[in-house]
Amino acid sequence: MNSGTASRSARQKPRDPRGWRVFHGLVPAIALLLASCRQAGITDPRGPVASAEWLLMINATEIMLVVVVPVILAILGFAWWFRSSNDRANRDPHWAYEGSVEFVTWSIPALVVILLGGVTWLSAHQLDPRAPLASNVKPLQIDVVSLDWKWLFIYPDQRVATVNELIIPAGTPVSFQLTSATVMNSFFVPQLGSQIYAMTGMTTHLNLLADKPGDYPGLATNFNGDGFSDMRFVVTAVAAGDFDGWVAKVRSAGGALDDPAYGQLTKPSSAVPPVTYRSVDPNLFERIVDQTALNPDKARAGNAWCPPATAAAGG
Amino acid sequence: MLGRLTLAAIPFNEPIPLITSLVVILIVLAVLGTVTVKGWWPYLWREWITSVDHKRIGVMYVFLGLIMLLRGFADAIMMRTQQAIAIGGAQGYLPPDHYDQIFSAHGTIMIFFVAMPLIFGMMNFVVPLQLGVRDVAFPALNSVAFWLTASGALLINLSLFVGNFARTGWWNYPPLSELAFSPDVGVDYYLWSLQVSGVGTLLGGINMVTTILKLRCPGMSYFRMPVFCWTSLAASMLIVAAFPILTATFVMLLLDRYVGMHFFTIDAGGNQMMYVNLFWIWGHPEVYILILPAFGVYSEVVATFSSKPIFGYRSMVLATLAICILSFMVWLHHFFTMGAGADVNAFFGIMSSIIAVPTGVKVFNWLFTMYGGSIRFTTPVLFTLGFMVTFVIGGMTGVLLAVPPVDFVVHNTVFLVAHFHNVIIGGVVFGMFAAYNYWFPKAFGFTLHDGWGKASFWCWLIGFYLAFVPLYVLGLWGMARRLQHVDDPSWRPMLLVAELGAFVIFAGILCQVAQLYVSIRTREQRRDLTGDPWDGRTLEWATSSPPPPYNFAVMPEVETLDAFAEMKRTGQTAAPRPQEAIELPRNVPVGIVTAFFATFAGFGAIWHIWWLVILTLIGVGITASAFGWSEHREDEISADELARREDARLSTGNPA
Repeated sequence: MNSGTASRSARQKPRDPRGWRVFHGLVPAIALLLASCRQAGITDPRGPVASAEWLLMINATEIMLVVVVPVILAILGFAWWFRSSNDRANRDPHWAYEGSVEFVTWSIPALVVILLGGVTWLSAHQLDPRAPLASNVKPLQIDVVSLDWKWLFIYPDQRVATVNELIIPAGTPVSFQLTSATVMNSFFVPQLGSQIYAMTGMTTHLNLLADKPGDYPGLATNFNGDGFSDMRFVVTAVAAGDFDGWVAKVRSAGGALDDPAYGQLTKPSSAVPPVTYRSVDPNLFERIVDQTALNPDKARAGNAWCPPATAAAGG
Repeated sequence: MLGRLTLAAIPFNEPIPLITSLVVILIVLAVLGTVTVKGWWPYLWREWITSVDHKRIGVMYVFLGLIMLLRGFADAIMMRTQQAIAIGGAQGYLPPDHYDQIFSAHGTIMIFFVAMPLIFGMMNFVVPLQLGVRDVAFPALNSVAFWLTASGALLINLSLFVGNFARTGWWNYPPLSELAFSPDVGVDYYLWSLQVSGVGTLLGGINMVTTILKLRCPGMSYFRMPVFCWTSLAASMLIVAAFPILTATFVMLLLDRYVGMHFFTIDAGGNQMMYVNLFWIWGHPEVYILILPAFGVYSEVVATFSSKPIFGYRSMVLATLAICILSFMVWLHHFFTMGAGADVNAFFGIMSSIIAVPTGVKVFNWLFTMYGGSIRFTTPVLFTLGFMVTFVIGGMTGVLLAVPPVDFVVHNTVFLVAHFHNVIIGGVVFGMFAAYNYWFPKAFGFTLHDGWGKASFWCWLIGFYLAFVPLYVLGLWGMARRLQHVDDPSWRPMLLVAELGAFVIFAGILCQVAQLYVSIRTREQRRDLTGDPWDGRTLEWATSSPPPPYNFAVMPEVETLDAFAEMKRTGQTAAPRPQEAIELPRNVPVGIVTAFFATFAGFGAIWHIWWLVILTLIGVGITASAFGWSEHREDEISADELARREDARLSTGNPA
């Protein structure tokens, strides 16, 4: 892919010692870069969903590399061999059609896509975010609300709530339902798997599971305004037995998430430190979805004034 | 009187936009002053501003795109620098309020005011020449289309000095873009500049479709058209089909913002996902509107510089049309994470990967075009080879993103950012640079300096990989896009490499500036007197460089594909003496006058200065009517006059 000057300089002997010195300077720089390539994010899955998705990504990449690598080599090889200065290349300046070659050029990508299409169909169903995870343990229900600019997590069965801190029992499937009390967002814990949108007036569903106790960074991925960069939280998976203890501890301290407290929470604020609430209305999520949490008047007015926009887009 | 416009709109307390504004204003004043002092206005007005010549309009489109590339790239450098320093508690030098405007402006400008003008410029300049005709179907409309695009570009840049730009990302998703969350004029700048330029784009698309379908030289059947004409036809049909969707979507958002309707609001029955669907029903075809003309450029470059016809011409045409249709069936892959059901996601995932089939066929056909050829490694060829390698990688990550569960874990991360820059830089931008180097001698009569061109290629290629491979990795590590600051210090080395990459690309841009400067300085040595500097195969090389205003004194007659190569083979390149009079469209100021009014209409609407909107819309109406009722729109050149002009041109050593 070069015009000949590079090839001449590469053939020059002895090699330029200055070039080697630059090369030796590069080695530590590259080593430093590689050292920073530790396992993280989706490359370090810590749950069945994330593991399956990472494996799927690797497999799909490998399937495509089988074609992509030879194609890249052929591009470089053909271009170099058929350079106009190469006397040994056989020229065929009229070769513009060959049925068998055309058949192959359509077949190769078609076969790859048929294979990947099958993978797509199966995986889209197996890893559907709303599909419950196979487990003997009863799932834990958590309601997620995106606010400006923090995450509210409601544990309806435990009747507690947290902000920017998500405690889950390891080994227990967690069944999330999500919405937004403000603009659209996306809820993502890379090491546990799939992200899903949180949208005003709609409910989406997501099922995740953490295999082992640990801290897993979570984030917002859909830009939603000035405080977006700080909309981070940590998912702490605790040993299954410790979860009830944590709930008991939360219940014994902190404020209650009543309507005035929720109203306070909806005011925009960024980089909010984690907070826990000892009690919460278990129907708060539904009231946020149908937008009556802050406007009780609307609830009294009923839905007559409002077309069914609140029907869940995400099921 | 002035609506919402007050002195507070000028960013006196923000040094970065203020200083930038002052510098830009000084540069503009200096340029205008020079033009005035040198007395160039009459020439510019007569020969360029009011020109309806498709070649002149094409050149102006490309010029607009390259200038806007500098603006969009300045945004890119600012973003990369911000992310390279705002790590682990540091806030960098750009507060969120400013940073959010920059990434929104970067995306909007690069798509609408860099990529679109570049492809329109190339299509305008090249297609009529390749079809062997004298102009486009609607020359005056062409001028209107260009000037409306320029008007949109002016409005979007005005947001730097007066008011502010949107802080919503280039998709401008509601509810964030609704009045409740974006009460200032930023979103209105976005909407009105794209509405104005969108009308221009639609007119340009209609013009191009009509030209290709209705105006072709004798013998130029569909299956004798160069591949670039086919891809231009496909892209233009996509424009005609897709841009009205965008315009209508923006109208709905404008109604929400200006008259309190509830199409996409969070209450009263609005549905934000309607916007998201509509936006991408336009947005995915838009991707192919950009890439298809680039595919056409590569097809021309590979064939010319391999000295061979394109391999599998009919396959290429079929693949182009397949992409054209499939591109309307994949939009949902931009938001698999909406939570649609598995069946819906699987359908759109499979449709998306099916597009890889015709695209893959194109890559193989370029590959086999090189096979058995005699390849000259010029700058356009380097860009083409760089594209083929880079685009195959970008296509691979694209197919990965088409698998819904994979998308679930990389959607909205910088992995996605790396993917679309991979295909847009590696595909569209490289294609336009190949086209720029390839057709420059046709436009200006002298070749560009090849050494500087190659230097720019290597900088762009290496810079691209340095800038975006780290983003692929960071995306896998869980870095969201559009972060004003990041918390994880272990991301620093990758972000620094990405910053380095941006500066290597900057070096590439400097090389291109140097290339242009050196080429103009040494133009006398690099004159193209043959009209055919590359041993070309298609009709644009059959006329002189630059071509006369009428392109061909006598319309060529075509009997095969690669018509000019065939003429050279059979020795029929000498143009016969003109026997017939021709008509040339007269230059008219309808384009610039319409755009003048449209700019003020947009500005008035942004700032709620309604009397200005009404007055300027009346102005647009009068302009259009005056042009519509005008009688003499063409000048006739008699056969004798034409022959005299041809003789004069030929005697100056400029054979047609």
